[in-house]
Amino acid sequence: MATKKARLGKKDYKYGFHDDVKNVFKPGKGLTKKLLNEMSEMKQEPKWMLENRLKALDVFLQKPMPTWGNTQLLGQLDFENIFYYVRPTEKTEKRWEDVPDKVKNTFDRLGIPEAERRFLAGVTAQYESEVVYHSIRKDLEKQGVIFLGMDDAVKQFPDLVKQYFGTIIPMEDNKFASLNTAVWSGGSFIYVPKNTHVEIPLQAYFRINSENMGQFERTLIITDEGSDVHYIEGCTAPTYTSNSLHSAVVELVALPGSKIRYTTIQNWSNNVYNLVTKRAMAYQDAAVEWIDGNIGSKLTMKYPSVYLMGKGARGEVLSIAYAGRGQHQDAGAKMIHAAPHTTSTILSKSISRDGGRTSYRGLVRVNKGASGCKANVRCDALLLDEDSRSDTYPTMDINEKDATIGHEATVSKVGEEQLFYLMSRGIKENEAQSMIVNGFIEPFIKELPMEYAVELNRLMALEMEGAIG
Amino acid sequence: MSKEVLLSIENLHSSVEGKPILKGINLEVNRGEVHAIMGPNGSGKSTLSNVLMGHPKYEVTKGRILLKGKDVKDLSVDERAREGLFLAFQYPLSIPGVPVSKFLRMSLQATHGKDIPIMEFQKKLKEQSELLEIKDSFLGRYLNEGFSGGEKKRNEILQLVLLEPEMAVLDETDSGLDIDALKIVAKGIEATRNEKRGILLITHYQRLLNYVQPDYVHVLADGRIIKSGEKDLAIQLEAKGYDWVLKEANLLTAKT
Repeated sequence: MATKKARLGKKDYKYGFHDDVKNVFKPGKGLTKKLLNEMSEMKQEPKWMLENRLKALDVFLQKPMPTWGNTQLLGQLDFENIFYYVRPTEKTEKRWEDVPDKVKNTFDRLGIPEAERRFLAGVTAQYESEVVYHSIRKDLEKQGVIFLGMDDAVKQFPDLVKQYFGTIIPMEDNKFASLNTAVWSGGSFIYVPKNTHVEIPLQAYFRINSENMGQFERTLIITDEGSDVHYIEGCTAPTYTSNSLHSAVVELVALPGSKIRYTTIQNWSNNVYNLVTKRAMAYQDAAVEWIDGNIGSKLTMKYPSVYLMGKGARGEVLSIAYAGRGQHQDAGAKMIHAAPHTTSTILSKSISRDGGRTSYRGLVRVNKGASGCKANVRCDALLLDEDSRSDTYPTMDINEKDATIGHEATVSKVGEEQLFYLMSRGIKENEAQSMIVNGFIEPFIKELPMEYAVELNRLMALEMEGAIG
Repeated sequence: MSKEVLLSIENLHSSVEGKPILKGINLEVNRGEVHAIMGPNGSGKSTLSNVLMGHPKYEVTKGRILLKGKDVKDLSVDERAREGLFLAFQYPLSIPGVPVSKFLRMSLQATHGKDIPIMEFQKKLKEQSELLEIKDSFLGRYLNEGFSGGEKKRNEILQLVLLEPEMAVLDETDSGLDIDALKIVAKGIEATRNEKRGILLITHYQRLLNYVQPDYVHVLADGRIIKSGEKDLAIQLEAKGYDWVLKEANLLTAKT
């Protein structure tokens, strides 16, 4: 991998404490052609990528904001008042002493290892456990698996990137897709060659010397015929950032007979707008599974989708959303059956408490000619108190008579009787609430790798404690 | 051997949503004793068990409940459990996504106040499951979800034998069971019987009492205990019904 002059690190941020970052390159707020030119030059990108960015900027400026969703919150987004690209100098270092106690306490409670704490608090620019990752990378190289930061991929594998970049999510798709296409930085590029099984889940922080958890990450994963991979991004620990707009784009291509599982757990701080476009193309007998956990952010709008393009393709979205005070999780899924004998499953579980709001927004479409398809949707909402809110906006657009479609939606609250039953066994009230919530998201937890499951359970228990206390 | 009072119910009055249900219950259960409470429908049997456990919907308007000499009035539901009170529910709730084994382990930890090593827990669980003819696969199922009536009741008794409470209240544990399930449940209850434990059996039918012979039988009607006796009282009730007792207590009105 090419070395950089200055380390690409976590973005500039403020917690409301003193900040003495000297930046190499800080062009000011707002999104301009000049910024894109300078950015592209800093990154030493090929010309075609710069042209792509500039074109996307035009699209972005023309595109209207969405007229659906939480338009009130969206309306508060001030595009002029955002730093779209900043590269801090080598000397970027918040001092651990300056990190707020609340943040430190949460890390403590969650048992986050020391190295991770500094990274998550933004005290260091990157994950420091390099030794482990070097050996993993050797194995991947042997298999011919390509896994690197998107910035590097554009330069090292231009043909491969060019072939797919923007083909699953074109810049015209929506305003935030065009924004990302113009100003993206960081993200992962993965290519798995034919008939290759990648044993361990690949994780974002394996990408050493590249940006992690950036504002506008761009990820592209391609699995060639018969191969499979599991990719994990994000983490359960709260991630603090002053960047209020995060708009990532993730494109997945699962060629015939291959499989991609993409797991995300986001826990952005409560000032963040998390507006993400995630889409996969699944070809004949291929499968794509989105495991999507939304815990943080002020407003998340995210609808992972799978376009089932070839016979026998399968798509699955398993999502949980947790909205506490002042949060709105607007999540869901889209399944497009564009070929016969394809199947899709959507399972959405949402929890609202303390006035938080969750929405399920989903689309299942069976195109004309896509015969023999099966689609199943289930959305369950759990309201933990009277103030909280949950909405469901499911859409079914079925154009073939022989499609088998199932839809089930439930809304429940933690029942007095359930609490009574658990408490009659000596279990304290907040622990009982926690058990019930835990049981509610069990189908999701089951799909996570062990350490994520443990962390997520602990996190939810903490949240429940907060709910009662 | 002197008798030690475990549970003392003194002139207990209780209402639900303002409606009086219990109208002055007096009852004492000593350690080592099994008391049966029988009564026609609507007599207040379930109200009694809920009030003892502290269900928030049931208001105590008069009287008191003493557990090991301590007034439970200011104790929350979970505190009462930790003091040694146990209630086997008539209609156990289902808690989706929570496996039976996890629930049992958490209950054991909560009532015993300390962490139980996993090996020890598994051993205990295996022994008691065998006693109640509960299969391994059962323990991985989600708590009470999709359980038959018999499975729910056996699961309640499994908790009884595992948690080893000092004072156990069993609310119509026999209702809805066929004779085979009944025998298993009775076996479980009998296995917990000893001179330290007090058991309050709330039953609808006399059947269970053939297998778990009570020391005392009480008839509950219209929110009061109207007659008490020994185990042959139950046999009389089975043969003659409740009318004669109600008549004695001047309760034989159109209400029954």
